[in-house]
Amino acid sequence: MSETAVNNGVNVEALLGAREALTEAPEAAQFKWRASCEWKNGTHSHSTVESFFGLGEEQSRTTVFNFDADHPEVFASEDNGATPVEYVLVGLASCLTAGVAAIAQHREIQLNSVVATLEGGMDIQGILGIDGDVRNGFDGIKVSFKIDADADDDDIKALVAQSQKRSAVYDIITNPTNVIVEVN
Amino acid sequence: MIIGAGHAGLAMSQCLADRSIDHVVLERGDVANSWKTERWDSLRLLTPNWQSRLPDFSYEGDDPDGYRTMPEVIDFLDGYAQTISAPVEAQTTVTSVRANDSGYRVGTDQGKWQCKTLVMATGACNIPNVPKLADAVPAGIISVTPMDYRNPDQIEDGGVLVVGASATGTQIGDELHRSGRPVTLAVGEHIRAPRLYRGRDIEWWMDVAGVHDERYDEIDDINRARRVPSLQLAGSPERRMLDLNALTDIGVKLCGRFVGINDGKAQFSGSLANQCDLSDLKMGRLLNTFDEWAAENGIDDEVDASHRFDATRIEASPPLGLDFAKSGIKTIVWATGYRPDYSWLDVDVFDRKGNVRHVGGIVDAPGLYLMGLQFLRRRKSALIDGAADDARDLSTHLAAYLDENAAVAGS
Repeated sequence: MSETAVNNGVNVEALLGAREALTEAPEAAQFKWRASCEWKNGTHSHSTVESFFGLGEEQSRTTVFNFDADHPEVFASEDNGATPVEYVLVGLASCLTAGVAAIAQHREIQLNSVVATLEGGMDIQGILGIDGDVRNGFDGIKVSFKIDADADDDDIKALVAQSQKRSAVYDIITNPTNVIVEVN
Repeated sequence: MIIGAGHAGLAMSQCLADRSIDHVVLERGDVANSWKTERWDSLRLLTPNWQSRLPDFSYEGDDPDGYRTMPEVIDFLDGYAQTISAPVEAQTTVTSVRANDSGYRVGTDQGKWQCKTLVMATGACNIPNVPKLADAVPAGIISVTPMDYRNPDQIEDGGVLVVGASATGTQIGDELHRSGRPVTLAVGEHIRAPRLYRGRDIEWWMDVAGVHDERYDEIDDINRARRVPSLQLAGSPERRMLDLNALTDIGVKLCGRFVGINDGKAQFSGSLANQCDLSDLKMGRLLNTFDEWAAENGIDDEVDASHRFDATRIEASPPLGLDFAKSGIKTIVWATGYRPDYSWLDVDVFDRKGNVRHVGGIVDAPGLYLMGLQFLRRRKSALIDGAADDARDLSTHLAAYLDENAAVAGS
């Protein structure tokens, strides 16, 4: 067994420090995440993510993040980017994966590799309006993690279970969220 | 002054009497009031009879491994109150507590009292924690809390949605389903636990392995630990394990946490699989702790071999919603926990969430103490068996406080 300190690249001390500070200042814990989207052509749109609000003030970044979304050719589209539902799978995967890393760091478990594969089932009779009993969204999402870490099976399973418990995207998907859409 | 003549208040009374500290126990009803008026008919304690060790008073019957019924709990506590000649002022409801220069002014419906120190032993379960969600339940569906629930006969025929899968939810769900009322159980966080492990009661393991004695100042995140729900246990004479698998076996339908009502339809979280994983893993860790303790203490030969339990079984796609109108559900039982009632406490000791600020039961106000809350000082603090050690600790602090203040004030 190696004597070197566990390093998954997560600054857990900073997170724990933030947790303590925010317990005393809950107003600073109010964040707002944003995205902006512009239609290009057909089902192709281009989204950007730039600034967010948190710790009591606007936060900007040095980079602007760019996302192209589209539908694939079987949908008679041009495949200029991943579909919106695939972005949701990416959101879930990355949220859970980041959680696994943070929790592993906190629990002093060295991760060697973490790969998640996701699959969301969808009956497109929903979105095509063919059958009113079929929902638009996924009928279920399956996530499979393959994790190589310096820990036993139960400890690795516990990382994944805890990651779901504290995951923002997992919560957004499994629990209701209000969405209000305004126009002009 | 002690408010509350339940097991915690009585234990404190004995400790104060042992120190010749003059005191009175104010009780809104009679001794063991909550056990008399706020429990359902078939309820039994989760802890075995031998494990109710009050100061100098414990079980002396012939069924130490059994689980007391409510009448037996009441008899036990009545017996204790008489044995220690507790100075109980019964039928006296506290209406206000205010601080003044000489301590605390306690207003009651029988007049006012003045005291130098005050121990609040009013219990952790005064008010059912019914979520805001309940306001949106469609008309025609009856909401019941465990505080009102007595037995299946008072529940309408038809389906029941039981919300919450800790001890209360599983016990009431089991009883109602067996009474012929189909139960759907909405499952959030729950602490799965076997009744028996390696042939011994799980509460025996919790006791010998030192889990019950874990201290509040030795725990990583005490605030989280204080919010952990009760072990998913029942005190059945057959000593069966009343977990989600047992409920599934009799036909109870499981779904995720009840998280919304939209257009007359209930919404359940899609996180049931995760809740069950978390619970199974947590139980595994607890059993590992017991196995390690058994090995270290050389008792492996005295107990059965180590074993584990089947994972919690759930459907591939648990229901995410339920149309109340079409479901046949007539009643919702909100087994969603309780909170204490301190509405009469007019002292500036509350945090922003409305909880009393305290350190191990020593409240953030001079001469003011709490008892009987979850993990107040030790993991067993809310159990009958936890009252003795907490009462000893806190009465020591209280006695020292009185001595200091007598020396200073000369009063």
